[in-house]
Amino acid sequence: MKNAPEAVLVGLAAFLVLLGAAFARDAAFAMHAWVAFAVLVIATVILFRRIKFGAGEPAVATTDGQPVYNDGVVRYGAIATMFWGIAGFLVGVVVAAQLAWPVLNIEPWLNFGRLRPLHTSAVIFAFGGNALLATSFYVVQRTCRASLFGGKLVWFVFWGYQFFIVMAATGYLLGITQGKEYAEPEWYVDLWLTAVWVCYLLVFLGTIVKRKEPHIYVANWFYLSFIVTIAMLHVVNGLSVPVSFLGAKSYSAFAGVQDALTQWWYGHNAVGFFLTAGFLGMMYYFVPKQAERPVYSYRLSIVHFWALIFLYIWAGPHHLHYTALPDWAQTLGMVFSVMLWMPSWGGMINGLMTLSGAWDKLRTDPVLRMLVISIAFYGMSTFEGPMMSIKTVNALSHYTDWTIGHVHSGALGWVGMVSFGAIYYLVPKLWGRERLYSMRLVNWHFWLATLGIVVYAAVMWVSGIQQGLMWREYDDQGYLVYSFAESIEAMHPYYVMRMFGGLLFLLGALVMVFNLVQTIRGKLRPETPIGAEEPAMQPAE
Amino acid sequence: MAGHENEIDQISGTETTGHEWDGIKELNTPLPRWWLWTFYATIIFSLVYVVLYPAIPLINGATQGVLGWSSRALLREEIAEAEAANADKLEAMRTLELSEIAADAELRQFAINAGNAAFKVNCVQCHGAGAAGSPGYPNLNDDEWIWGGDLEAIHLTIVHGIRYVNDDDSRISDMPAFGADELLAPDEISDTAWYVLSLSGQDADAAAAGRGETLYVDNCAACHGEAGEGVRDLGAPALNDAIWLYGGDHTQIVSQINAPSHGVMPGWQGRLADETVKALAVYVHALGGGE
Repeated sequence: MKNAPEAVLVGLAAFLVLLGAAFARDAAFAMHAWVAFAVLVIATVILFRRIKFGAGEPAVATTDGQPVYNDGVVRYGAIATMFWGIAGFLVGVVVAAQLAWPVLNIEPWLNFGRLRPLHTSAVIFAFGGNALLATSFYVVQRTCRASLFGGKLVWFVFWGYQFFIVMAATGYLLGITQGKEYAEPEWYVDLWLTAVWVCYLLVFLGTIVKRKEPHIYVANWFYLSFIVTIAMLHVVNGLSVPVSFLGAKSYSAFAGVQDALTQWWYGHNAVGFFLTAGFLGMMYYFVPKQAERPVYSYRLSIVHFWALIFLYIWAGPHHLHYTALPDWAQTLGMVFSVMLWMPSWGGMINGLMTLSGAWDKLRTDPVLRMLVISIAFYGMSTFEGPMMSIKTVNALSHYTDWTIGHVHSGALGWVGMVSFGAIYYLVPKLWGRERLYSMRLVNWHFWLATLGIVVYAAVMWVSGIQQGLMWREYDDQGYLVYSFAESIEAMHPYYVMRMFGGLLFLLGALVMVFNLVQTIRGKLRPETPIGAEEPAMQPAE
Repeated sequence: MAGHENEIDQISGTETTGHEWDGIKELNTPLPRWWLWTFYATIIFSLVYVVLYPAIPLINGATQGVLGWSSRALLREEIAEAEAANADKLEAMRTLELSEIAADAELRQFAINAGNAAFKVNCVQCHGAGAAGSPGYPNLNDDEWIWGGDLEAIHLTIVHGIRYVNDDDSRISDMPAFGADELLAPDEISDTAWYVLSLSGQDADAAAAGRGETLYVDNCAACHGEAGEGVRDLGAPALNDAIWLYGGDHTQIVSQINAPSHGVMPGWQGRLADETVKALAVYVHALGGGE
């Protein structure tokens, strides 16, 4: 009987959650339990309707020695990536508008304080996380020549992760947060994520163990380091004591500056291992595949991989310059960040130089162009990061919009673009289509997104530096010239322009969704290939 | 990898590593020299920095660095420097009378700068960034002063606040709630409000204002004055100008007579240094309406 045990288990979980709603110690926990109950009941109904009685399908035999890859979960992952991506970008535009026009804050559920974590989590963990889940499952099977380990565990990882996202997002709107940036979900959602994440590790590691290739491909080193390190960071930073096992509130195991340091050890390595290492894994597969060229340097990939993961984990204290954190810890945070510059750039060199001999493809292949510009933004933000960690630069940049601009050139430029490129590569293959519905629309997406990022980052540089200079402006008698409110007033035009940049990026993503939907529906837009009239180019030396 | 047994990439002429995953090969290109040397340079920079500045945690404390630098010492030094630079002026601000401060052009300018900075931190929340006030919070740029507009009066207000329960010297004015306590009937309040409006020559229902005159003289003139000129010793605002604390249309005036709002301003003595309070008085006095 297919699906029957799953249906019963999810139904039981729904009942347990209902008990949680009934016996809840606080209103927030009760409301959150009702949300979980509704989601689980819907899942139970769907599963029961899909129960198939009988012997079940025979195991698919492998033909010509090639394993049958499990691509079903990758298809779901690609769709989830785009769904959460649109949600995250949209909320981003909304919070940008709220900063420009505070009247748009709708109390209490849709105020900036609750929507902001919704935006960051939706983009990082829902959009980025699903992109990593989908591509890592696709890449690890191909590069190991093995189907995914774990059978139904794979589906638990996928749906369990979606359930985590829904619980995190609804929790924010209900005002449930443990107040740690990028780790806002409360203890019970944290525990759930831990269970899902350990299963993800099992699936990934199991697939590597049963591989048919003698060596482990570089993309898998990066994916594995991402999965292992995120587990460690999440567990340590999430250590807390719940007030009640039927209540939403918990208290962190750490206090004061130790709490701040743990939080930024987590926070910076979420950038380092989620947004950098994970997406480098993606880059190491999709760039050589799309460019059809070998990876530039195997040696560089080894050296920069080990240097990156060794150095990154120490860099967190640069988020706490000029605070109560002892000077020695600030120093170490800074020097490890400076040393991180070249290891980060190793990935950029390997990505860009893989195109040597294939640069001409940039004119005709907008998907490859997307992947390449993502590497360019990666290089820019991994230079900007070490620079901003230097204490004298940080004294100006810290707490200003410059940081916001830096994060977005990384998140929109690097993470966003490399994921778009990977999804554009995957969708025709996953659904067995000849090609994408339209390459011209990919080109439109490329320019809309690039322009959006450039506007966003440039505006935030100007506003951030102006903010920093206003805060430190003294008159000749040593008195502050501007009040904080005056610096906020001065930001208004930049906030309007920033929202416009974000809107362009969202628009590009909507074009992508249309293109992908058409592709999946099996449509092909009749169009001349880009650059078809050009004569064929000679390969470079 | 020696012996060139592996395939050579035709385009770059570089040897591959001989592995292949799903069609992806790897070139065995050596590390770019500029990359490696820049990496070494950042490591050397870091080592030097670690020697110069506090860096390595030990059992008791951490290495202090050969420069002896610390962020706390730097802060103390910068504050001491700023204080030393202004030492005579701050001392003069503490010891001199307000009138003497205002008479010394240099000292007055210093007080205005200091007051401006303190105002932006402590006062803008109610009085606004430009001190233009908002309903219930007086505008400090104009000529109307509820409790007096010369230097001493402004200083007194800032020191003790208004209706501030934590300061026994805080001044209090308490207008009766004529409507809520049923001292006047609703139509009488309306007539009085029309008369109040006519005091500053604004459009008013003449008949109603005429009826309100007697009511005003009997009930309001004792504090607000016969002609609505206000009495500062009582904290009773002037009613014969176009400046209104709680709004100047008929409905708003009726509401204020019916059940008056009474704003509270905290006293700043003990919360800000004496010279800062003096600087605030000089600053507010200089905004435009000082007497």
